[in-house]
Amino acid sequence: MIAKQQNQKAWFMVLPVFLLVAFSAVIPLMTVVNYSVQDTFGNNQFFWAGVDWFRNLVHSERFHSAFLRQLLFSGIILAIEIPLGILIALSMPRRGWGVPVCLITMALPLLIPWNVVGTIWQIFGRVDIGLLGYSLTALGIDYNYTQDPLAAWFTVVIMDIWHWTSLVVLLCYAGLCSIPDAYYQAARIDGASRLAIFRYIQLPKMQRVLLIAFLLRFMDSFMIYTEPFVITGGGPGNSTTFLSIDLVKLAVGQFDLGPAAAMSLIYFLVILLLCYVFYTVMSNIGMESTNHGGS
Amino acid sequence: MRFKWLIPAIYILFLLLPIYWLVNMSLKTNDEILSVFSLWPHDLTLDNYRVIFTDASWYSGYINSMIYVTINVIISVSFALPAAYAFSRYSFVGDKHLFFWLLTNRMAPPAVFALPFFQLYSSIGLFDTHIAVAIAHCLFNLPLAVWILEGFMSGVPKEIDETAFIDGYSWPRFFVRIFIPNIASGIGVTAFFCFMFSWVELLLARTLTAVNAKPISAIMTRTVSASGLDWGVLAAAGVLTILPGTLVIWFVRNHIAKGFALGRV
Repeated sequence: MIAKQQNQKAWFMVLPVFLLVAFSAVIPLMTVVNYSVQDTFGNNQFFWAGVDWFRNLVHSERFHSAFLRQLLFSGIILAIEIPLGILIALSMPRRGWGVPVCLITMALPLLIPWNVVGTIWQIFGRVDIGLLGYSLTALGIDYNYTQDPLAAWFTVVIMDIWHWTSLVVLLCYAGLCSIPDAYYQAARIDGASRLAIFRYIQLPKMQRVLLIAFLLRFMDSFMIYTEPFVITGGGPGNSTTFLSIDLVKLAVGQFDLGPAAAMSLIYFLVILLLCYVFYTVMSNIGMESTNHGGS
Repeated sequence: MRFKWLIPAIYILFLLLPIYWLVNMSLKTNDEILSVFSLWPHDLTLDNYRVIFTDASWYSGYINSMIYVTINVIISVSFALPAAYAFSRYSFVGDKHLFFWLLTNRMAPPAVFALPFFQLYSSIGLFDTHIAVAIAHCLFNLPLAVWILEGFMSGVPKEIDETAFIDGYSWPRFFVRIFIPNIASGIGVTAFFCFMFSWVELLLARTLTAVNAKPISAIMTRTVSASGLDWGVLAAAGVLTILPGTLVIWFVRNHIAKGFALGRV
């Protein structure tokens, strides 16, 4: 790390960004805070409600179940996508014509608008006209994502794997490409096993990018809205109603601004807290292993 | 280890199958989609695409999306450049807190902001304009742009700055003539990411527009609910939203791996 020069005038360079983001972030956030402590009976008349909404929410069954579903979803996604991403990145070619082919096709799902991703899987999974649904039914598996909660979950999870595993792959691949050949040669001379190479050379080099992948995947899966909304609309029943979907139902569908605002704030704080914890823990691990390797 | 190539090959097959199915459907007539189950179109037709290119309510969606994405990319990159330079070269009061605060906005769920955004932009008269969507998308794109650019800029040795200043370059001239060419690939990657996240986002874009600036993805959702089952046109519209992304990937293909690591390998 280079020692940075003290310069308070640097604030002027940051100021435009600061103002623009503050405009888009602080004013709406204050609106949300404002709603969260008030009640209304229409006509733009607001009453002070204190922390009632927060108290109701913390004890509400609906919020608990949406929250648990959300945690379960993010957990499943991370548990599948991170190992799968590492595996694919390890077996990708390093040179030759395969490299651009892999990179371009793998980046493709990332650039498809999220509701189109939903539409693709909605069509793909349909029993009558979709390849996946049709084949599964032909094999004798009872699969109907509009009626069976398990099938709905399966569809949403596999859709997310399809959509986002590439991000993990590309990040890990970038980490792997930065390892000099000399490291592998040294390992070969020492007679290191494949597992040892992975554990002591490749994994430490991927640590930073894995941290980024983990954070991005966690944040985005925790905020997921469009894709499950398009595929299942939160159903059947409430089985795929994740936090964002529940929030939009509450705010736009029922127009319960107070509870919705309280929920927004709790939701946002949970994300901030979890990210901060992950970030601190993972960067501490990174610090330790580099110190260890250096000594 | 001889069959190592099988893993990426199977994965790519898995990625391409649903996309193939969409393309396949977009080339069929509605009758064929609903009556026979076929792996490829027996009765090849381009009618679905013709509907989109001749109906203004369809193709204007693409134009709207393109306009606000372009505005957003320009704003994000040009605002983030000096800020990223400041973060990578200087330390100043509150720099770390500011950086973390910027990143927290990347973590904010759009669902939280949808309603307040609607009220904010309605009250200042920007509702249903391209610029409103572009500014709203800055909420997550600007922090990301600063983050990526900072990574690339920190990779440029500080001696370059010092040498230029000794040679008598003023800061703006140094920045434009020497520094920007040095991080050109970083700027390309940043623009790519801003494009990507602005292009794929729907919730805010849909909330902030009604008619004049309605993005293509929102028009698609409307058509599904209104006319019901015109699967062929829906599939064709979907295929057309994939194309711009494919084009952009082609331009940055050489930097894509490093770009996804946000300049921090």
